Amino acid sequence: MTPLAAAANENLAEISNYLIYSSMAVYMLAFFAHIAEWTFGSRSKVARTAAALTGAKETGAARAAAPAVQVRGKAGATAVLDQPKVTTRSAAGIRDVPDGPGAAGGTVQGDLYGRIAVSLTALAFLVEAGGVVARALSVQRAPWGNMYEFSITFSTVAVGAYLVLLALKKNVRWLGLILVTTVLLDLGIAVTWLYTDSDQLVPALHSYWLWIHVSTAIFCGAVFYIGAAGAVLYLFRDSYESQLEAGRTPGKFRTSVLERLPSAASLDKFSYRINAAVFPLWTFTIIAGAIWAGDAWGRYWGWDPKEVWSFVTWVAYACYLHARATAGWKGRKAAYLALFAFACWIWNYYGVNILLSGKHSYAGV
Amino acid sequence: MSTTDKASPETSDETTDETTDETPGETSEAESRASAAADATDAAAGAQLSTAPLEDSPGGPAVGIGVIGWARWFWRQLTSMRVALILLFLLSLGAIPGSLIPQNNVDALKVASWKRDNPSWVTVAEKLQLFDVYSSVWFSAIYLLLFISLIGCIVPRSWQFVGQLRGRPPGAPRRLDRLPAHTTWRTEKTPDEVLSYARTVLRGSRFRTELGKGQVAAEKGYLREAGNLIFHVALIVMLVAFAWGQYFKSEGGKLVLRGSGFSNTLTQYDDFKSGGLFDPDDLPPFSFTLDRFDATYEMTGPQRGTPRDFKAYVTFSEGAHGTPQKREIQVNKPLEVDGSKVYLLGHGYAPIVSVTDPTGKVIFKDAVPVLPQDANLTSTGAVKVTDGYKDKDGKTEQLGFNAVFVPTFAGEGKGTMFSQFPALLMPRLMLNAFHGSLGVDSGLPQNVYVLKTDKMEPFKDESGQQFKQKLELGQTMTLPNGAGTVKFEGIERWATFSVTQQPGSGLALAGAIAAIAGLAGSLFIQRRRIWVRAVTGKDGVTVVEMAGLGRSESTRLPQELAELAATLHQQAPSAPAALAETRVEETPEGERG
Ligand code: HEM
Repeated sequence: MTPLAAAANENLAEISNYLIYSSMAVYMLAFFAHIAEWTFGSRSKVARTAAALTGAKETGAARAAAPAVQVRGKAGATAVLDQPKVTTRSAAGIRDVPDGPGAAGGTVQGDLYGRIAVSLTALAFLVEAGGVVARALSVQRAPWGNMYEFSITFSTVAVGAYLVLLALKKNVRWLGLILVTTVLLDLGIAVTWLYTDSDQLVPALHSYWLWIHVSTAIFCGAVFYIGAAGAVLYLFRDSYESQLEAGRTPGKFRTSVLERLPSAASLDKFSYRINAAVFPLWTFTIIAGAIWAGDAWGRYWGWDPKEVWSFVTWVAYACYLHARATAGWKGRKAAYLALFAFACWIWNYYGVNILLSGKHSYAGV
Repeated sequence: MSTTDKASPETSDETTDETTDETPGETSEAESRASAAADATDAAAGAQLSTAPLEDSPGGPAVGIGVIGWARWFWRQLTSMRVALILLFLLSLGAIPGSLIPQNNVDALKVASWKRDNPSWVTVAEKLQLFDVYSSVWFSAIYLLLFISLIGCIVPRSWQFVGQLRGRPPGAPRRLDRLPAHTTWRTEKTPDEVLSYARTVLRGSRFRTELGKGQVAAEKGYLREAGNLIFHVALIVMLVAFAWGQYFKSEGGKLVLRGSGFSNTLTQYDDFKSGGLFDPDDLPPFSFTLDRFDATYEMTGPQRGTPRDFKAYVTFSEGAHGTPQKREIQVNKPLEVDGSKVYLLGHGYAPIVSVTDPTGKVIFKDAVPVLPQDANLTSTGAVKVTDGYKDKDGKTEQLGFNAVFVPTFAGEGKGTMFSQFPALLMPRLMLNAFHGSLGVDSGLPQNVYVLKTDKMEPFKDESGQQFKQKLELGQTMTLPNGAGTVKFEGIERWATFSVTQQPGSGLALAGAIAAIAGLAGSLFIQRRRIWVRAVTGKDGVTVVEMAGLGRSESTRLPQELAELAATLHQQAPSAPAALAETRVEETPEGERG
């Protein structure tokens, strides 16, 4: 590397650091906006969950949510009224409660702050993504050589996935506050404890498998995180709903927060969908890693700590998917399995990289 | 869950209950009389949307059915989803200790030091086979049970699935409006017209359809089940491939000095491990010479000394008398020969040392490989002069030297003999000299990197201390009392290669790819049924009803039903009178989920 190029690269690395710090500042603002959203939202007095749960007993469980069929006629005119309307019914054994109105609680002011928070999150995402790209340019390789780089990519992907879900008009704004908080935590840990100057890779990492294996690993982790957040909220919301069902009155704060979340059934489904959707990719990640290990170390599976924990995580998620298909294991038990599986993932990331030594010694801390 | 409902093999599915849960108060007298027969159709409608096994209730077999009864009960338990779940969970827990406690097959040295550090645990850990978790009896038991369970699960499911493929979509349940997605309208077309349109529409969307009395039944998404079965079969394939690889694999290591060669026979290896069924004749014949080895390191910055690039240049020839070819071997780019792979593992230095006897005759000159002890290649080894040395008095003896080599010395007075950088910036060789018997004649194999000094005497300097000296390149040290000289002549490089044969990896890869494909099919494809019913109402207008049922609640099902209904509706538009009816059906909230 010529000194000139080296200097340019150091500049880029500096720029990357500035961008990461700036994104943290913007995430901070998004955090406060979300807090405002929840605060204003707490003034709404909707209490729809309680109403639905007590009302449901008399009216029976039939509720209708209809994707109205809209078909455009040949002339471009919309013909809605004379189209058949589809009524849906949820399955037996599922509490028939509507989703909460979201953090803003249907209040105009709360909604405004919520929108501000989402916009700020989107801005922070762009800045952070810029930071990751600058880092990649500064080393002229995939920005996944050490834990600092994993961490900044990890949170970028998690926020990106959230924004994509929002853009697809999925009901995920309830995730905002938790996500922004953990992203701040992740970045905080990254810049204080995990920071490593930008640098080249050790020979074992010189491989196009780095692009494939590590990028999918980070992506899976980030999306599993979103699934796990859904599972945690499901557990809270579910116990809140069963409290209501049993005729007890949950605490005021509890009610105010949980009332606004989607229904337990929705959260459960959300978490399942996310986890199930990433599971094949996680399977692929492990296999890609095995192929790479075959090239780099002469054996595709050697029970190195990293491999062990990837395997444990994989089996735990398989367990979760089985649990979902097994009577008596749906719901809370399955959610605990999902959380166990995600805890394995997190441990594989922080614990194994830092505390256990193995061939995957790229922690760089 | 209705455990008595044997008509439905799918009690594990929430949607089954959907079709059977009748609210008694709602049905009229006449209806309930017909309901016994109708219940069967209802159950069949939701049945066999999957081949997932029945949930067995816990508890032993009925009393007094003997060994066979117990065996059957045990088999049913083993192949149930619940036990599969428990075994899977145990497998994930069982894998954990192997990552926390060092493993023999990963790093035997670490096992030894763990045992030294935790003496009180050694007996327990050894009893539990904690140093060999992945080949331990208990770990093997878990996965073998799991795979037996898996086979016991797949075989009946496959038959069932074949049966489902041969069969036709089941008829509609009585009350279509109780299904997860439902729609209805009235049209002026006749029922037969509507049904024939419906069939065309459904077929156009690649549903399998079955025309019944006043209804069309349709089903789609069989690939889900196929994917699920493929996935589970692929798991077995992978396990077989893994076991195959374990039994037939071989792995040998060889240190090759620059300029020297290696040919692939058992005797040439420094160390060799193989599976139980490996046959040395399976080693493919080839040989290579190491022509050059390049290593580059980070020269500056906080990661100074971190390796950046390793490359071994070899002249390689395949077979006994192949034509020599130039090849490169890098860390991620092994050389592949006929089922074997040659990997570049490590590298290091070999100081070239020459030794003269008291008369000045050179009796030893060789490159002596030394083994790296740290990332900066501080290396240790031994120089052993076995033959040709006679001391001043003409007595035959052997000479031995403990060697410490550093490629980059910290500098005089720094008080450390640890290397500061892995490349040869300031090489130094420190030798401790001994004479006597090396103990190599006993016939026992000896570690070439370690000097056994129990039958040797150290050379002493004037003050009676062990004689040792640090040599620069080209420097000579003179042994006390004219016992001879030792010269640090030069430095050679070496690289270690590992040659592995791992049969079955192709099969494992095929299994892995099939597993991912099957999994994707299993998770992303929905198996669902759609029924269309068209009957003439009391007023002579045709009432069309459409409903859908999926394996699980899905937002896509109502969407799909809506689209199909819209298409069908174009051909069988609403009768004018029906307009008002559809309009009043208000929906309180939006789509959920
Ligand atoms: C080697 C261990 C196993 C692994 C890693 C594994 C993994 C999985 C995964 C990831 C799924 C989710 C796919 C889906 O939901 O369609 C699944 C589904 C399923 N597994 Fe397994 N499985 C294993 C063993 C077994 C065994 C022993 C049985 C039989 C008792 C079994 C029966 C099933 C069934 C019936 C489904 C489908 C559930 C449904 O249709 O929703 N599996 N398995």
